[in-house]
Amino acid sequence: MPIDILMPALSPTMEEGTLSKWLKKEGDQVTSGDVIAEIETDKATMEVEAVDEGTIGKLVVPEGSEGVKVNAVIAVLLTDGESADAIGSEKPAEQPKSSEPESAPAEPQSASDAVPAAPVAASVPSDPDIPEGTEMVPTTVREALRDAMAEEMRADGDVFIMGEEVAEYQGAYKITQGLLQEFGARRVVDTPITEHGFAGVGVGAAMAGLKPIVEFMTFNFAMQAMDQIINSAAKTHYMSGGQMSAPIVFRGPNGAAARVGAQHSQCFAAWYSHIPGLTVIAPYGAADAKGLLKAAIRSPNPVIFLENEILYGHTFDVPKMDDFVLPIGKARIHRAGKDVTIVSFGIGMNYAVKAADELAGMGIDAEIIDLRTIRPMDMPTIIESVKKTGRLVTVEEGFPQSSVGTEIATRVMQQAFDYLDAPVLTVAGKDVPMPYAANLEKLALPNVDEVIAAVKAVTYTA
Amino acid sequence: MAPRKNAASPNRSGVAKTTKTRSAKTAKPVIGTEIAEFDRDQEIAAYREMLLIRRFEEKAGQLYGMGFIGGFCHLYIGQEAVVSGIKLAMKDGDQMITAYRDHGHMLACGMTPRGVMAELTGRQSGYSHGKGGSMHMFSKEKHFYGGHGIVGAQVSLGTGLGFANRYSDNGNVSVVFYGDGASNQGQVYESFNMAELWDLPVVFIVENNRYAMGTSVSRASAQTDFSQRGVSFNIPGHQVDGMDVRAVKAAAEAALEHSRSGKGPIILEMLTYRYRGHSMSDPAKYRSKDEVQKMRSEHDPIEQVKVRLLEKGWASEDELKAIDKSVREIVADSAEYAQNEPEPDPSELYTDIVL
Repeated sequence: MPIDILMPALSPTMEEGTLSKWLKKEGDQVTSGDVIAEIETDKATMEVEAVDEGTIGKLVVPEGSEGVKVNAVIAVLLTDGESADAIGSEKPAEQPKSSEPESAPAEPQSASDAVPAAPVAASVPSDPDIPEGTEMVPTTVREALRDAMAEEMRADGDVFIMGEEVAEYQGAYKITQGLLQEFGARRVVDTPITEHGFAGVGVGAAMAGLKPIVEFMTFNFAMQAMDQIINSAAKTHYMSGGQMSAPIVFRGPNGAAARVGAQHSQCFAAWYSHIPGLTVIAPYGAADAKGLLKAAIRSPNPVIFLENEILYGHTFDVPKMDDFVLPIGKARIHRAGKDVTIVSFGIGMNYAVKAADELAGMGIDAEIIDLRTIRPMDMPTIIESVKKTGRLVTVEEGFPQSSVGTEIATRVMQQAFDYLDAPVLTVAGKDVPMPYAANLEKLALPNVDEVIAAVKAVTYTA
Repeated sequence: MAPRKNAASPNRSGVAKTTKTRSAKTAKPVIGTEIAEFDRDQEIAAYREMLLIRRFEEKAGQLYGMGFIGGFCHLYIGQEAVVSGIKLAMKDGDQMITAYRDHGHMLACGMTPRGVMAELTGRQSGYSHGKGGSMHMFSKEKHFYGGHGIVGAQVSLGTGLGFANRYSDNGNVSVVFYGDGASNQGQVYESFNMAELWDLPVVFIVENNRYAMGTSVSRASAQTDFSQRGVSFNIPGHQVDGMDVRAVKAAAEAALEHSRSGKGPIILEMLTYRYRGHSMSDPAKYRSKDEVQKMRSEHDPIEQVKVRLLEKGWASEDELKAIDKSVREIVADSAEYAQNEPEPDPSELYTDIVL
């Protein structure tokens, strides 16, 4: 049987990439370990090595092709005695091959099912903070974050970034791409792997008057730095009677990525939102990522800025403005509706948006609120919406106990009890450490069906 | 039990022994072996400064016993020469940061006894408006960056102050105090690594008072020579007689010069001793009364200055008594003030959380 060579994933969250170059041509002999192609994403370039021995029978995807899906067949390898005739004329473009898992290093299929790769049309034009007629530029969340930092670093010499691999490596997730080249090693500082230490160094530098951006490669590693974030950054202003403060941004990917297991998959939004003195921001789209990161850098307070690895490569419209800064602490009506309020943030918005689309087909008109800032929480926007709809569902990927959703449910119960026509339902991750197996991981995360079921329950349409 | 090699001792040769590896590098005397020559005015000033700290701490202990001061209260009695000597070597703009045994540091930085005592009693006019307490006071004006309650956290923060100095190229040095107990915290070494890697202007001061709460150095530390704890990061370190204010000043001057000139961090281990328990609630049963008494009678930092002043004829008993009297008046005034100032307004509960 000819062997299919599949488009590999460069990272657990990669969904597609560019086949930039073939290094072998049809008819070439290859042995295991030979470099046969180069592929790239907006994040990195990688060489594809042959796993099996044989002759290249067919190059299915021509070089230069963009948007090649992970696991798509890119070439076919012929083994001993086989001829090109053995290659079927029709190949399924995308099909996990259980017979040869080694040719597909990672399979983010389960994540892709729940998390659509297609650009999401954000309803930013409705944002009152953007003037009418502003040109919108499709931008990835990754680029938006980088642009925000670059703009603020240009504007203020006290702003610098430090973290693991932020400089010469250009960022573990390529968020700091190009910053070293523009701002130099003094302001783009590679740190050793020493989260507790560099978080403390950052806070100290902030106390001395600088405005550090501290990148955690992921927020899972910030657990090591929790003491400096909570005890030093968050409390200094209060403990000093207002004399001293820590204008610092801690940022990095938060929440589950894909197939990285329990220690690398958790949402810290609820954790940090518990702490007075911290500001906690979790943007969804690229415009919010940019506008809110700029605001966070300018904030005189310590800010936890929670990004999401899966969203980094997603494209959204970003307004082309000289200085696009959004207010901290304001939610946004992402989609107006009258039957039910769905509140979410960050990647949870993916489920909310998709659910709302499907619900519309069922005649249920859902209003979606994107919290954007977890602390301070924009309760007036939520309460106003609940007064209109009388029903509330919250959506997040974090654990269900003491979650952002339960906090919202409590406050809505206390502040708008008489307006509720049904109990508030919270859709969250399951109460388990994140499992590795694809099917279990899928089960552990919330999904669109759960959101739809919750909405049907609170609207009594189930 | 193994012999202690780090007991606070005025024996110069004993101290110099551990620093000989550094002496080959320079013709200058090894840091830690030098004793600064003080003239009369300097001796008097050091005497007065250390006496202020001691009397202040004694009063704080009294007020604690009377219920005016609550929570944790860690007294600096016995260690006065350390911060006093170092402050004498610091320049305006150099920052100081320490842990929770911090009253002496604040007074040495020039923060007012009234403001510190009023914070101890939890009053509105305290440095943190009563919201910080003994362990959490700051003064931007005096370059004192706290006052931190988590053992070792101030070492990373202080390294960050050094980072800011280098970033701003302002010529200042961050002086970071921590204890023998904090020396076993991981983030201290994370900070050492970055400080040396980036040549940050930081002077690390280990105040080795021989007990981390109730655990003696030898029971908690595999390497009890804390001056050598930076060896694996190539940070030089020296032991200093922390009971002799002149030795402290001389070592601090050399260390500050080292860091200010761009050579990176340096560690000074101050061999010192605390007379009181770890905090007010510690009866200090883990050591003998004789040990404490021996320190007090033979190595007291204030008594040493007093003896020199009298021997050299630079001050009479009466003059020294007059100094003591004026210091007592300052402290009594601060205590009086701190007991009579109003408590924070209830509205303070919700101020200064975020800007």
